[in-house]
Amino acid sequence: MPAANSTSPLPGAAPAVGVTVESLSKRFGTFEVLRGVSFAVQPGEIFVLMGPSGSGKSVLLKHLVGLESPSAGQTTVAGLDASDPTTRERVRMALVFQAGALFNSLSVYDNLALYPREHRLGDEAAIRDRVMRALQILSLENAAHKFPAELSGGMKKRVAIARALVMEPQLLLYDEPTSELDPVMSATITEIIATLRQRYQVTSIVVSHDRDLALAIADRIGILMGGELIFLGPSADLRNPTDPRVADFLNPRIDLEHPRFKHLET
Amino acid sequence: MPNTLSASPASRGTPSVTDRLLTWLPTPVFQVLHGTGSTLLLLGRTLRHVPSLPRQFGRFIEQCHLIGYTTMPIVGILSFFIGSVLALQSGHAGENVGYKQFIGALVGLTMARELGPVMAAVLLAGRVGSAIAAELASMKVYQEVDALETMNIPPERMLVLPRLAAVLTMMPVLTIMADLVGWFGGAIVSKYTHFISIEPASYFANLRQYMDFSDVLNGLIKAEVFGVTVVLVCCNIGLNTRGGPREIGASVTRAVVTSLILILVLDFFVTKALM
Ligand SMILES: Nc1ncnc2c1ncn2[C@@H]1O[C@H](COP(=O)(O)OP(=O)(O)OP(=O)(O)O)[C@@H](O)[C@H]1O
Ligand SMILES: [Mg+2]
Repeated sequence: MPAANSTSPLPGAAPAVGVTVESLSKRFGTFEVLRGVSFAVQPGEIFVLMGPSGSGKSVLLKHLVGLESPSAGQTTVAGLDASDPTTRERVRMALVFQAGALFNSLSVYDNLALYPREHRLGDEAAIRDRVMRALQILSLENAAHKFPAELSGGMKKRVAIARALVMEPQLLLYDEPTSELDPVMSATITEIIATLRQRYQVTSIVVSHDRDLALAIADRIGILMGGELIFLGPSADLRNPTDPRVADFLNPRIDLEHPRFKHLET
Repeated sequence: MPNTLSASPASRGTPSVTDRLLTWLPTPVFQVLHGTGSTLLLLGRTLRHVPSLPRQFGRFIEQCHLIGYTTMPIVGILSFFIGSVLALQSGHAGENVGYKQFIGALVGLTMARELGPVMAAVLLAGRVGSAIAAELASMKVYQEVDALETMNIPPERMLVLPRLAAVLTMMPVLTIMADLVGWFGGAIVSKYTHFISIEPASYFANLRQYMDFSDVLNGLIKAEVFGVTVVLVCCNIGLNTRGGPREIGASVTRAVVTSLILILVLDFFVTKALM
């Protein structure tokens, strides 16, 4: 690691990578979660993926890191087939899991240090610097020696993000990074995502229900509903959506006279 | 339960010809073949990472402690009583026939060639195998294994290899301990049971006369086979757990039962092969 970069969590040595999703379909048994989803994310772009709960956003992210393989269609990262296990040897990708997926038997510090240790990225002192920087960015210095079971939900989420930052990834996938966080921490995470891209050209795909986040930092937004992309375009186009489904998803009107749920009788 | 081919990690939309042939097999046959195949594949993937073992010395020591050291007390207690009861039973049966002077050889050979390794392996399955299956299954269910994979850290390297190396190191230790304690238990019972009353000196002289090191070695080879089998089976079942937390318990049960069956089945074949 060059000394000039020693103050940044991401030296930005590796070039940003593009992502393509081509007619991606995914079935679990007979249940079709994704039905021919296509889009491309440019190197260094921030792409925000929105959509109702259960619409397949997490499943889509898992395809990009090779944890699921398509029933039909293809996904590529840096031009390589994402479902091929050798792709992650060539492209550094990090996924911030929706539930954190922290290693429960390791302390927060060791959770972050695992990646650089396993890939032998410097001696313990260098790894310590790297880990502590990531912890500082997420205001987690005091949690370094706690175990995941001792953290609050929001802290787990921040540890998961810090663990992704330590990897200095070329492609950073966030699965609902700001859910469970207070408004200030949400704003901080939003700023971190934008800053990482600005400084190091990290390609970012953010799954989020957070409209503020999406409108503030997304270059483009996709909305997934019923297994299909019902909207794909720059965030400016979302301010006055034409599709009524998009409009209703972004600004659901609370109507107590005609509620959405059915048959709630006491 | 239907054959869950779609659960194999490499599954795609269109199953291959062999996949389709396999789905026609009766479920138990399919499961045996599928389990054997996936366990052997896990062994293959794990062996590829052997060169990384020196770097994982800490994990290896930790696993030696868990697999070997913490299992020693129970192995000691059980083998003491198994040796004792062997002496008691053969003394009782031999009283009339008149072979009780051979008790030393009988206990010695049985412990070394059969009960030492089998008992160490059974305790390994119950104590260590269940813990391995539970730990890996929970890592799988809570997506820790997925996280490792996205970090390009092969789970076989970090989770399976140190355990495999540790079991290979510790099984001989556990087995020799079981042998020695069992012999000792037999000696004590032979001296203090009124209808046997054989002095330890003649007990051990008899034991030495009819045994040599090859008998102990024979047992150690069996123990290594059992140990590797238990660890691989439990790792494989743990890592292939699917679904929610409830499946962790199911995986543990399956891992222990499969291990126990395999120990006894392999015992027969390895014994035969070594004769
Ligand atoms: N391994 C699986 N097996 C079967 N069905 C699955 C599996 N994973 C996801 N699903 C189903 O796929 C659908 C989409 O799940 P997914 O987790 O992608 O939703 P999501 O869009 O991320 O929702 P949320 O916003 O609530 O996180 C759900 O209906 C879920 O039940
Ligand atoms: Mg999700």
